[in-house]
Amino acid sequence: MAQATRKKPVSKTADAATSARTAAQSHFRTLRLGTPFQPRIDALARTQDWYNWAGYHAPHSLWDEELEYFAIRSQAALFDISPMTKYRIEGPDAEAFLDRVTLRDVTKLKPGRVHYTAWCDDEGFVLDDGTLFRLSPTRFRLCSQERHLPWLLDSAIGFDVTVEEETEAVAGLALQGPTSFAVLRDAGFAGVETLKIFDLAEFPHDGGIVTISRTGFTGDLGCELFVPADKALSLWDRLMSAGELRGIRAIGYTALNRARLEAGLIVANADFTTAEHAIRADRLRMPDEIGLGFMIDLEKGHFNGRRAILEARAKRKLRHVLVGLEIEGNIPAEHAIVYHKKHQEVGLVSAAMWSPMAKRNIAIASLTRPYGDTMVEDLWVEIYAMRELQYQKLMKRAKVVARPFIKLDRRTANPPADF
Amino acid sequence: MKAWDAIIIGGGHNGLVNACYLQRAGLDVLVVEKNDWVGGAATSRELTPGFLYSNCSYVCSLFRPEIMRDLELPRFGLQVISYEGGAVFTRDGDYLANYRDHDAHRREFARFSKRDAEAYDRYSRDVTRQCRFIQPLLMRTAPDPTSFRPRDIGELLYLGKKFAGLSSEEMALTLRFWTMSISEFLDEYFETDVIKANFALSGIIGTALGPMSPGTAYVLLHHYMGEVDGSVGAWGYARGGMGAVTKALAASFKASGGTIRTGAEVDHVLVGRGKAKGVVLAGGEEIYGKLVVSNADVKRTFLKLVEEKELPDIFLRRVKNFKIRGSSGKVNIALDSLPEFPALPKDSPVYRGDMHFTDSMERMERAYDDWKAGRWSADPFLDMVIPTTLDPTMAPPGKHFMSCFVQYAPPKVNGREWTDADRDGFAESVIAQISEYSPGFRDRIVHMEVRTPREIEAEVGLTEGNIFQGELAFDQLLFNRPVPGYAQYRSPVGGLYMCGSSTHPGGGVMGAPGRNAAAEILRDLAKSTSHMSPAHDVI
Repeated sequence: MAQATRKKPVSKTADAATSARTAAQSHFRTLRLGTPFQPRIDALARTQDWYNWAGYHAPHSLWDEELEYFAIRSQAALFDISPMTKYRIEGPDAEAFLDRVTLRDVTKLKPGRVHYTAWCDDEGFVLDDGTLFRLSPTRFRLCSQERHLPWLLDSAIGFDVTVEEETEAVAGLALQGPTSFAVLRDAGFAGVETLKIFDLAEFPHDGGIVTISRTGFTGDLGCELFVPADKALSLWDRLMSAGELRGIRAIGYTALNRARLEAGLIVANADFTTAEHAIRADRLRMPDEIGLGFMIDLEKGHFNGRRAILEARAKRKLRHVLVGLEIEGNIPAEHAIVYHKKHQEVGLVSAAMWSPMAKRNIAIASLTRPYGDTMVEDLWVEIYAMRELQYQKLMKRAKVVARPFIKLDRRTANPPADF
Repeated sequence: MKAWDAIIIGGGHNGLVNACYLQRAGLDVLVVEKNDWVGGAATSRELTPGFLYSNCSYVCSLFRPEIMRDLELPRFGLQVISYEGGAVFTRDGDYLANYRDHDAHRREFARFSKRDAEAYDRYSRDVTRQCRFIQPLLMRTAPDPTSFRPRDIGELLYLGKKFAGLSSEEMALTLRFWTMSISEFLDEYFETDVIKANFALSGIIGTALGPMSPGTAYVLLHHYMGEVDGSVGAWGYARGGMGAVTKALAASFKASGGTIRTGAEVDHVLVGRGKAKGVVLAGGEEIYGKLVVSNADVKRTFLKLVEEKELPDIFLRRVKNFKIRGSSGKVNIALDSLPEFPALPKDSPVYRGDMHFTDSMERMERAYDDWKAGRWSADPFLDMVIPTTLDPTMAPPGKHFMSCFVQYAPPKVNGREWTDADRDGFAESVIAQISEYSPGFRDRIVHMEVRTPREIEAEVGLTEGNIFQGELAFDQLLFNRPVPGYAQYRSPVGGLYMCGSSTHPGGGVMGAPGRNAAAEILRDLAKSTSHMSPAHDVI
């Protein structure tokens, strides 16, 4: 035989890294993970109505999506946000790094503050939007819909900063609604009432720390709480028992999605397609095309996508615009086509509902400029309402309106309402 | 003496697809096949009692659904069962699996690298974009860029428009994709060796190139363009082995009135006054036909079946230089029980998918080094599947059929022909590799079919045993496949057509070359092609 003998036999000794890796093999048996709050949510899930949120099984509803919505607006609603992607960004250059990656001026974000931001690829297309928490002068948490570790790590070259994905390690809850701060106070988070909108502070909990920020996705009074995963259940119990007399209820995504639409907030890969997922090149969007132009800070120096954004603005290459619509009648216009003069297609509704708070039929839509931008007259939406196996085709007038669709004083009132 | 409307040389899948379409257009078609069975490289044969082997091709994804529909293959028994994924075993006793579920896939990659786990979306986006660009070209005849016929100009415009429709970034990526090595391409997305090796295998399968050779990125694309019943990119097992594909095609052909003669090896094409008139079988029998279509590869067709004097010099030289190098072999194994892989949990779906043992790019490239030196790889790259985990028809209950695609195997060993001893040594390299990961594997073997390039060429007829009937290198694609000026299924000999994988869009059990050739033939005969579905839209 002309052949050499075989080499590289299978190694018998596995080192520590290998055994940790091998120990993680069994994930294939559970395609949808439970979050750290799962035992509590399971106990409340009377509808058993689940969806897949980034590999976790998350509730669409728990007992009644209508009533869950009203819990947000009249009581206190508890929503599990643990599946949200979270990155811990830390180091002497963390501020400079994030200033370079994201659109807003991070040097203006003081420790103990949060801002809503977005970030782009080099072509100026939006990779995602999310919230940036400044936990200390040198430590941040970035929360987002999609995953961005390669982008963040590649962008970190040349900065003294570490980026770590901590989605599974950190559990999160949103507590939203008019009684939410009263619940926090009753739960013993002393001094929580001093938090102003977009403030954050750390509070002791169960021998550890919970980070509470006056933030949320509902346009209502509320906060978000982050704890290490092993403190999740005790935090849940603490809030639920304190909130019992204030109508606290756990809710699913359907209710939250209604509240966010009333607040005029957009959802990545629902209202726009993120750049790393857009298969079709014409689906890419610049911040100015999805209503995030306000974030762009041209004074602050270079950031990813700056050159492309400047060029697009200068050469008027921005083709789309995201707008709020108010539509006549009360039939939701979900995914309806938007027309100019009833016949020329100019856009698509990405989210729509009849708003119980605004008492109006509202929608978020992406239009092709100049429609929705300089031409806002004579816009219509064609609603296909399926009623007992027949489409009722409706052509309804749509008016471009400012977002948010509702503005609740209690969201920003200081001190927060105490009832 | 009867003259058939068309004689198809070779009953492989493309020959049968071609025959089906021609017969359904009203032609009187004869398929002549040298073996006693049809199927070419898509066959299932029972070489030991109770076990069906997928002797050559072993998994299905690329076969065009439009063809399945037109030729009513489900009615004639074709069913493809998609499988769940697969794995690369690592030398430290672990494995890296590919799961169908997006999040399971990410978590699996995260075991090795959190960064690479999150890089997959961008990789997947870019590969999908490229596939969407190429996929519509599969079912179209490539334009001749030197011709000024309106049709060619129209097709060139179509190509140009598709290309112009890309953003400048995508254009750059497309050009790079078509010319880069798979190794370099993967470096742009991933950092972990085993993850790169996991993807790279699709770039080298069936190709006499290593992962670091330019052009291998395209080969990967070729393997990503398939689907199983609408599940894009999925791969599956044809129930009853890959012979089920050609069995259904043969049944469809016969049901529409076609005739197949097996055990009828063509010695040469009968040519008179520059025009094909029929074929002469090995026994001397002459069969006349108004046209002849060759499913054999371009070298076999024009260097063995047609006399050189009938062919233009440049054409002949280009056919001789056509790259159709043997690079792989096949070991089919009947097992008396399911092999165990201690690294793999017993309930892992990986048992039902494709398994590999080459966990680094360097090992893959070193395996190729052996090929360059004229040896089979001491540490070969295996694409191993056990179809009986999903298909109970191929082995008795509790017993299994295992298919091992093996790379690299040179067409000649140290410059001489393969010997039986070489073949046994080649098989041993495979068994030894599997045994490292599956103790007791050897004892489970009931029977084995070992096919080096020598056996594949002799039995199937593929020159050098090249599974694609010619490498999928960029210089041999589109209007350059198989040779410039003859990319539209016609040849220098009037009435002699090509319909094998040597023609556009190339190899794999896809059926597109056979279909496209039928469309050209029917055009020449001014016959309707209304029974041929156009390619599904890519929207």
